[in-house]
Amino acid sequence: MLDPAGEATRAAAARLGVEGIRQLRIGKSIELELEAPDRQVAQSQLELLSDRLLANPVIENWCLELLDSNGEQQP
Amino acid sequence: MTVGIVVFPGSNCDRDVRWALEGCVGLPTRFLWHEDRDLSGLDAVVIPGGFSYGDYLRCGAIARFAPVLESLREFAQAGGAVLGICNGFQVLTELGLLPGALTRNAKLHFLCEPTGLRVQPGLCRWLQGYAHDEQIVLPIAHGEGRYQCDPQQLAELEANGQVVLRYASNPNGSVGDVAGLTNATGNVLGLMPHPERACDPVTGGLDGHRLLASLKG
Repeated sequence: MLDPAGEATRAAAARLGVEGIRQLRIGKSIELELEAPDRQVAQSQLELLSDRLLANPVIENWCLELLDSNGEQQP
Repeated sequence: MTVGIVVFPGSNCDRDVRWALEGCVGLPTRFLWHEDRDLSGLDAVVIPGGFSYGDYLRCGAIARFAPVLESLREFAQAGGAVLGICNGFQVLTELGLLPGALTRNAKLHFLCEPTGLRVQPGLCRWLQGYAHDEQIVLPIAHGEGRYQCDPQQLAELEANGQVVLRYASNPNGSVGDVAGLTNATGNVLGLMPHPERACDPVTGGLDGHRLLASLKG
């Protein structure tokens, strides 16, 4: 799907002298802190949120990354 | 016949719709605050243009969870007449009453200009006052009006005659030149152009009048 803001940014990158960018797409990153009894519950609540509110699957793809309370990446 | 007009924080065409319906067409209206749930006594509901909840996240994404829209979904499913204009169209797609989504205009500009449209009314109850293939002019005013859906969905909409309004000269990159869509039963219409801004001879252009006057039967 056409991402006009990404295309405009790609054109600007070429003016800066950075060549060879085949594709540039702009999305968004959402950080949220969630209290949940365990990882499974957190995961399923975040999936629900991502699918029904944070992203519109008709026009957007999403993925999520879980970090623990120390900011360490969960396996 | 009383027409409800939904008012979200950030709606800005609600009063224009009221003037078009009451002052130009002669139908009584009632404003519906976004927290209202009571649609009793209403024969039709309009979701006007604007920036509901600031259009944060995505246009219409937060509005979709408003209490008034839970009632509206039932109202539409029971056959009630529902019209979504501009931001209202975006809300109807987020709500799932119409398929697809509206995205940033292909050339990124906010477009505010009179636009030629071709009408193919089919079953749409809002467009019965127009002839098949009639050419009309309505103003558009949007930054995110590029209609998107997958090719299979578009083919289905075309086959069902649900693409009821098309741009004569596509200004925003919408697939299929889609400017307005109806649902399978024809009671719900979503469109990016503003019919309420083309109802009063004082401001010029009257091609929207018949759309709102269709409620008079």
